[in-house]
Amino acid sequence: MAEGLLPAIAYLRPKTINMNRLDQLFAEKQSNLLNIYFTAGYPALEDTTTIIAALAKAGVDLIEIGMPYSDPMADGPTIQESGMQALKNGMTLETLFGQVADVRAQTDVPLVLMGYFNQVMQYGEQAFVDRCVAVGIDGVILPDLPIFEYETFYRQMFEDAGLHVSFLITPQTSEDRIRKIDDLTRGFIYMVSDSSITGAKSGISDRQLAYFNRINAMQLEHPRLIGFGISNHETYAIACRYAQGAIIGSAFIKALAETTDLEGTIAEFVQMVRGEVAV
Amino acid sequence: MIAVNDKGYYGEFGGAYIPEMLHPNVEELQRCYLEISEDQEFQKEFRGLLKDYVGRPSPLYLAERLSEHYGMTIYLKREDLNHTGAHKINNTIGQILMAKRLGKTRIIAETGAGQHGVATATVCALMGIECIVYMGAIDIERQAPNVSRMRMLGAEVRPALSGSQTLKDATNEAIRDWISNPVDTHYIIGSVVGPHPYPDMVARFQSVISEEMKWQLEEHTGSSHPSGIIACVGGGSNAAGAYYHYLNDPEVRLVAVEAAGHGIDSGHSAATSVLGTKGIIHGSRTLLMQTPDGQIVEPYSISAGLDYPGIGPLHAHLIDSGRAEAISITDEAALKAAFFLARKEGIIPALETAHAFAALDHLEYNADDVFIVCLSGRGDKDLSTYIKHFDQLG
Ligand SMILES: Cc1ncc(COP(=O)(O)O)c(C=O)c1O
Repeated sequence: MAEGLLPAIAYLRPKTINMNRLDQLFAEKQSNLLNIYFTAGYPALEDTTTIIAALAKAGVDLIEIGMPYSDPMADGPTIQESGMQALKNGMTLETLFGQVADVRAQTDVPLVLMGYFNQVMQYGEQAFVDRCVAVGIDGVILPDLPIFEYETFYRQMFEDAGLHVSFLITPQTSEDRIRKIDDLTRGFIYMVSDSSITGAKSGISDRQLAYFNRINAMQLEHPRLIGFGISNHETYAIACRYAQGAIIGSAFIKALAETTDLEGTIAEFVQMVRGEVAV
Repeated sequence: MIAVNDKGYYGEFGGAYIPEMLHPNVEELQRCYLEISEDQEFQKEFRGLLKDYVGRPSPLYLAERLSEHYGMTIYLKREDLNHTGAHKINNTIGQILMAKRLGKTRIIAETGAGQHGVATATVCALMGIECIVYMGAIDIERQAPNVSRMRMLGAEVRPALSGSQTLKDATNEAIRDWISNPVDTHYIIGSVVGPHPYPDMVARFQSVISEEMKWQLEEHTGSSHPSGIIACVGGGSNAAGAYYHYLNDPEVRLVAVEAAGHGIDSGHSAATSVLGTKGIIHGSRTLLMQTPDGQIVEPYSISAGLDYPGIGPLHAHLIDSGRAEAISITDEAALKAAFFLARKEGIIPALETAHAFAALDHLEYNADDVFIVCLSGRGDKDLSTYIKHFDQLG
């Protein structure tokens, strides 16, 4: 293990010519990272670019863009419903890539795509990777792509392109497997806060804190972002105490659902999470 | 050899495309399912319950009037005579014993027609284990008698309100429940679908169907080998059980019958082997109905048990490799076949099963052929649908 090495140095791979924006971010900042998830094409098809620009302006550290999917088995009702709406709005992967290409002209914030592996398969795995890199996507999260299949069939393809893949760990993931995941992951590890789908519960229990402590003590190579059930300043602050940062999804989507002023709401939401006083 | 490999693949189909949250449960099953199910004590208990509780062996019945009509020899494998009225209970008996040995105290299941839900509620009552069944809101309506049966058996029926509100969505909800309850819960999947080891585990529990067929046909005809076997395919569990011991016997034709709904080209169909392409559904790489963008299409069939946009990876492999032939049957043809079987043989089949009988009209065969139709279930649950079409078909 690369124990004791700074994370930013430890996982740099010589193959990558242009430094991946995620690597750059983690080299500069190792705490209080805020990753906001939203569903592309929601509430309206064209909102994707507005939301990315507004989140970047509000100072989030990285953005996770959900590729809407008909059968998102790891997601709760909030994200599923936003995905259904986005699909009704006419969202497709190609449209999304176009939107990302547009917004890349305005911001250098790291962008991560989150979706289900069937979407990648149908687009064509290599074509997907190439298109991600071409439009300026820095990483992907594909929760139903298991590490065995990734390692056997796809690892080379993603690593050659310098497109990072984040894997998930949960309270039930064994220590050996966490080490393996740390070895395969590029960018950050997605630390699922509890045994749950997205959007579940609020508040963080002692059992979860014990899990956070246990993982912390493992001194993993990659930064960890805690997600699922992070919804406000309080839960964000706890996550940041036990990991390099946090991921917020369902709570943000709920805020988007209730507003007519996207930019204002987004600025306020980020301030609320960071614990800065809202204007 | 047609068999699953140790990573859960039949050729290029299968595997376990599951989120990390499910990994410990699925990995435990992968590690233990063969050892547990091949254990002598397990087999003794499983076989004992199949005999004394389910009522196996189910008869292999020579359908003389049907044979005469079609001009060949037709046997019916009477899974409709099992306790709870379908083949589904073979699997739930096996899985409840598996769950007990894994120390699980809570059972979840998905159901379409309600037959698997009833079979799961039944074994949970038998073992005194808590049971929650997810069922699409639309299916709850069209299969009302089975909803009442599940409730009477002590199960909680939870409506799946997302997506098309049918079997695929009930499966999504069950998977989400399992993600949220990883320690105490076992998920009893109702067909040969889902991540490895489910397709193989369920096929093995259902394989008792063809195991019996072999000696029964031998008793009837002096040969254990039919010309072919016909079964309807939703996910494919009754078909997998009926094919199982003939998979590597290329002389035996395997006929998979799917639901064409309003017709293959109508946009309202569930004929996956015709309309499907390679992709991933419910943790398995298989054939499924989807858009070019990889969104899973909402299927349609009058029969809730066939109203599923995928098929199990074994069937994808059998069809892709040409080992099995697929026939698709419309709602209307299935209804007609149900009435025909009722009048010819005095047997009211489930709507799912009626599709298998309708396939006889589309099959190529010779007069000396011997076909077995897997009579997967009885029609009590579909009576209200049949009554609706009485004037037209009765
Ligand atoms: C009587 C009957 N036959 C067939 C099926 C289809 O399932 P499978 O393809 O797994 O046999 C069902 C499903 O509910 C059923 O109830």
